[in-house]
Amino acid sequence: MLVLNDIRKTFNIGTINEKKALNGVTITLDDGDFVTIIGGNGAGKSTTLNAIAGVWPVDSGVIEINGKNITGLPEHKRAKFLGRVFQDPMTGTAATMEIQENLALAARRGESRGLRWGITKKEKDEYRELLKMLDLGLEDRMTSKVGLLSGGQRQALTLLMATLKKPELLLLDEHTAALDPKTAAKVLELSDKIIEENKLTAMMVTHNMHDAIRHGNRLIMMNKGRIIYDVKGEEKKNLTVDYLLQKFEEASGTAINNDRMLLSK
Amino acid sequence: MKSITALLSALPGSVAQGLIWGVLAIGVYITYKVLDFADLTVDGSLGTGGAVAVMLITNGCPIPLALVVAFIAGCAAGFITGILNTMLGIPAILSGILTQLALYSINLDIMGKANAAVSVDKYDLLVSLRYIPQSIITGTIFIVAIALALYWFFGTEQGFTLRATGCNPNMARAQGINTKKSTVIGLVLGNGLVGLAGGLLAQYQGYSDVNMGRGAIVIGLAAIIIGEVLGELILGKRLNFIGRLLFTAVGAIIYFVVIQVVLWLGLSSQNTKLFSAITVAVFLAVPYLKAQSKTSFKRAAKRGVAEDAGA
Ligand SMILES: Nc1ncnc2c1ncn2[C@@H]1O[C@H](COP(=O)(O)OP(=O)(O)O)[C@@H](O)[C@H]1O
Ligand SMILES: [Mg+2]
Repeated sequence: MLVLNDIRKTFNIGTINEKKALNGVTITLDDGDFVTIIGGNGAGKSTTLNAIAGVWPVDSGVIEINGKNITGLPEHKRAKFLGRVFQDPMTGTAATMEIQENLALAARRGESRGLRWGITKKEKDEYRELLKMLDLGLEDRMTSKVGLLSGGQRQALTLLMATLKKPELLLLDEHTAALDPKTAAKVLELSDKIIEENKLTAMMVTHNMHDAIRHGNRLIMMNKGRIIYDVKGEEKKNLTVDYLLQKFEEASGTAINNDRMLLSK
Repeated sequence: MKSITALLSALPGSVAQGLIWGVLAIGVYITYKVLDFADLTVDGSLGTGGAVAVMLITNGCPIPLALVVAFIAGCAAGFITGILNTMLGIPAILSGILTQLALYSINLDIMGKANAAVSVDKYDLLVSLRYIPQSIITGTIFIVAIALALYWFFGTEQGFTLRATGCNPNMARAQGINTKKSTVIGLVLGNGLVGLAGGLLAQYQGYSDVNMGRGAIVIGLAAIIIGEVLGELILGKRLNFIGRLLFTAVGAIIYFVVIQVVLWLGLSSQNTKLFSAITVAVFLAVPYLKAQSKTSFKRAAKRGVAEDAGA
């Protein structure tokens, strides 16, 4: 499904701010894998997802999706294969556009856009049904500007947008981290539901180790730009937070530096 | 101060002028408001539109065709700015300034001298300050037609990509939109309208001048700001996209009426640009100062003092 082969990325090469963010990341995901990703601050979790999404070109390595080599494709061309939800609820939607217009933009991801109407009557009816599923009352506010929504509402909408057109891979980067615990739980539950119902392949970065264990079929731990631990199946189901912490110390030689992660223990 | 009748008799001219500049202001609306791109190409592309139109008309070209070419010339100017910005990585403001400067030479080349006349006595011009009522009608038709065309365009898939690019380029790319392409399209369209405005303005004043675009961006911004304030005051939440475009033209009219009034009150005509710059600076500063007044350090200090006193 997804193949990352020895991906490397250094930021600000040749300056005092030089930062080796990815030091040879190699993963192969199977169809339908739902991978949770944990690791300390600056471990390279977001950078890995950004490398897949093509936010910038990688320094070396190969990225393939379903056999297609996408290493040289710019971000907007890769969007065809990817659904993305970001940590900051502001990032995933266009605030000055209506809820239904945002959905219409997402419905055309990866398609050429011409001079047909940006949104049709038929679509509006479909979106109303989909929004009902979120149970946030958004179906009655379809012409409201997205800027008026709360963070949780925006993340739920972004999730819907990311999966409106079935992506080959769904990338979730701490997409519940900016939300209050109750909203976070709701958005996470929704993510689970959407992934399961559409049989999506997904990668979810989280700082909550319980969530990382509870969700998905596979877990990856990163440190200093490398994958230091990768489990799936029964072994993953039986993980405990304490074991993960111990594993981290073993693999990295230091205690974990992510306070939020420890707090969520 | 001259008599009030002098002022009143000058106002229809201000309205006609405002409508023509309204075409420019709507062009600026596309780049500044929709794309969020402060585009200074405008000061050059207005003159290009004027120069192209006058040279074509005086060489026997039909006026509608001359205006189409003025539009296309403006598009080309916007295209250059777009390429400088998106393909060559030059910051938005600087890209516009570079094109604007280059156009100064190009406009001189087109006319062969610093200005070129086009007389309403010799040619059947669409607008002219000698025939103000007719100019007002023609100007209104242009504004309404342009507003309708843009209302349609920004409702299409392509139009959506421009709006998304201006609002949130990260989101736009994540949805598969080529934000560089959208940026170029927006600049092309915006400057096309500015070129068209130049073609109309040259006819209206009876000549094209290499300096006719100086400060045009400021007048465009003034029109947008005045139109926005007024539109929100009158229509509030019901102010939709087409309303905003039409109010931008209204803003341009009000701008020229205000200029007429301050001239009547005694401002010398050489100081009108100073007046415009100050007015626009004040309007642009107001939202910032309003926000500041709620969260300023000074206030925090005062609150601190008050709390100390209370404790
Ligand atoms: N665009 C960027 N420019 C410079 N440095 C970056 C950039 N993105 C990430 N980094 C750096 O790369 C390292 C890994 O960051 P990131 O992948 O965001 O970590 P995390 O695992 O917390 O998501 C950090 O040191 C970060 O500062
Ligand atoms: Mg991160």
